[in-house]
Amino acid sequence: MYFELTEEQRMIYDMTKRFSEEELKPKAEEVDREHKYPAESVAKMAELGLMGMVFPEQYGGGGMDYVSYAIAIEEISRHCASTGVVMSAHTSLCAAPIYYFGTEEQKKKFLTPLAQGQKIGCFGMTEAGAGTDSAGTRTTAKLDGDNYIVNGTKNFITNGNEADIAVVMVRTGEHKHKGLSMIIVEKGTPGFSVGKLEDKLGILGSSTVELVFEEVKVPKDNLLGSEGEGFKIGMHTLDGGRIGIASQALGIAKGSLEESVEFGKTREQFGQPVINFQALQWMIADMATRLDAARLLTWRAAKLKDKGDVRYSKEAAMAKLFASETAMWAATKAIQIHGGYGYTKDYPVERYFRDAKITEIYEGTSEVQRLVIAQSLIKG
Amino acid sequence: MNSAVIMKQVPDSEALIKLAPDGTGYVKEGVKFVMNPYDEFGVEEALKIKESAGSGEVTIISLGSERAVEAIRTGLAMGADKGVLLNAGEGYACALGVANALAEELKAGDYKIIFCGKQAIDDDMAQIGPMVAELMDIPCVTVVTAVEISGDKAVCTREIEGGKEIVEVALPAVIACQKGLNEPRYASLPGIMKAKKKPMEQKDISLGDAKAQIVKWEAPPERPPGRTIEGDDPAAKAAALVKALREEAKVI
Repeated sequence: MYFELTEEQRMIYDMTKRFSEEELKPKAEEVDREHKYPAESVAKMAELGLMGMVFPEQYGGGGMDYVSYAIAIEEISRHCASTGVVMSAHTSLCAAPIYYFGTEEQKKKFLTPLAQGQKIGCFGMTEAGAGTDSAGTRTTAKLDGDNYIVNGTKNFITNGNEADIAVVMVRTGEHKHKGLSMIIVEKGTPGFSVGKLEDKLGILGSSTVELVFEEVKVPKDNLLGSEGEGFKIGMHTLDGGRIGIASQALGIAKGSLEESVEFGKTREQFGQPVINFQALQWMIADMATRLDAARLLTWRAAKLKDKGDVRYSKEAAMAKLFASETAMWAATKAIQIHGGYGYTKDYPVERYFRDAKITEIYEGTSEVQRLVIAQSLIKG
Repeated sequence: MNSAVIMKQVPDSEALIKLAPDGTGYVKEGVKFVMNPYDEFGVEEALKIKESAGSGEVTIISLGSERAVEAIRTGLAMGADKGVLLNAGEGYACALGVANALAEELKAGDYKIIFCGKQAIDDDMAQIGPMVAELMDIPCVTVVTAVEISGDKAVCTREIEGGKEIVEVALPAVIACQKGLNEPRYASLPGIMKAKKKPMEQKDISLGDAKAQIVKWEAPPERPPGRTIEGDDPAAKAAALVKALREEAKVI
């Protein structure tokens, strides 16, 4: 889609498309099969400036807009959705809250190495008892002199195994929402460890882990914003994260479409390529239309976010909702178009199907997205 | 040491090329255009030389239409310092005319090394490097897979049938690059952002009368579908195959 892209955005599209094809595509199957974190690829992405695209240059970032970011994540995810979510979680869920809510010192200390990709970031919000009900957080942080003492367990944390820096939601007060705070915890802090590594259905190159906090002393200077701002920071962060996940879903959907058209042209039955049959033509037409619609929703949310002081929660929710459901539907159809072959590991579409499912769940389930949209309509 | 890279914008190798109905060329609408892949090796080598010397500028010079600005910009995004477009419009340009225009432009600069791709992937002519060098009265080394600069000399490795040829040449010289010379870098995001601010000169030029004209464009004949030799008896099938190869394909 070159419609209305600036020259820089087109160049970013060209570069990330080529990088994805040359670097990620050949490794994607192995990443999936061996549950292998794509360390080499992520290091190359850091060198190219892809791990801090949207942050100002003074903090080591690329100074780019969110449409460029969406384009980059889509192209990366086209061949490797695992690598796509590593980039998205790192940028939108860990680096971003530090950028928006951190002090100058915190930005220099934590944001710069994250933006440069020298350190990897994760976001510790979810707990066993706090998924959709994120205010059900029970991890505590008690002020003791110059430190907070953090105790608790987070689970399902993306990048948790590789992260050097974690932005963690903790309970500092009694009030359900206003008693929550965000704090930055560094790997290596005594008492902070990685627990269970989840064995998932898809995005197998992305680590999803438990983070364990046992009497962890965190300097009080690591608090993001003030005590009680945790929930607000969390919701702000998820809005931005939804643009990233929507883009990841776009990549999966695009992969599903492209593979299906390619397969349909070469697979012959009844003496002709199966793409000649209407049933398949209708499928690819619907895949392409929904993909374009999802992309327009995503870029709209990105453009609104770029404006700065504009609320875009509804638009981000619409993008994430529609893109993720499109990805799951498209990947399912892709296997159907491939027939029996699509059900084997010889073709990538079964991996797209497994990767797609999580996009309907994480960073706010589709049900939550629907609530966000409805609440926005009701409140008017 | 300043270097120049002669660059041509060509259709992407994956593009589906259709001939124009009036037979005057190919349809350019809807085709994706890119920097000639062999020229990328030139840009990369020029950048490496600049980086190891710690100084010098890399200028990308392209003869083409307005459209070629995009391709020059990707070279700037890779790290080149300046771009020059010799705008000759969309019409056909014969190699000698192109080489003359490029040589004029190059003579005006102070380039110690001039890189180009060994050939452009659209017409595969492979003439520009040697022609430009001849017009500038400087040496040219083609099909180069390695370059070592020391002072005023370059030692180049050429890929030849069944081996390698090592050539020492005095600078300035034209070096036509072959695949394997290096791995062209991706344009980094900071590079992409900086590219727009780098100097890009456009000069309108006219090429004069073409010395060579393209008389006709023809699509290659369509390959007929293969035929499977049927039958149960291998000996009979072999006989039928030999008969077909002799009488129909006339290859034995």
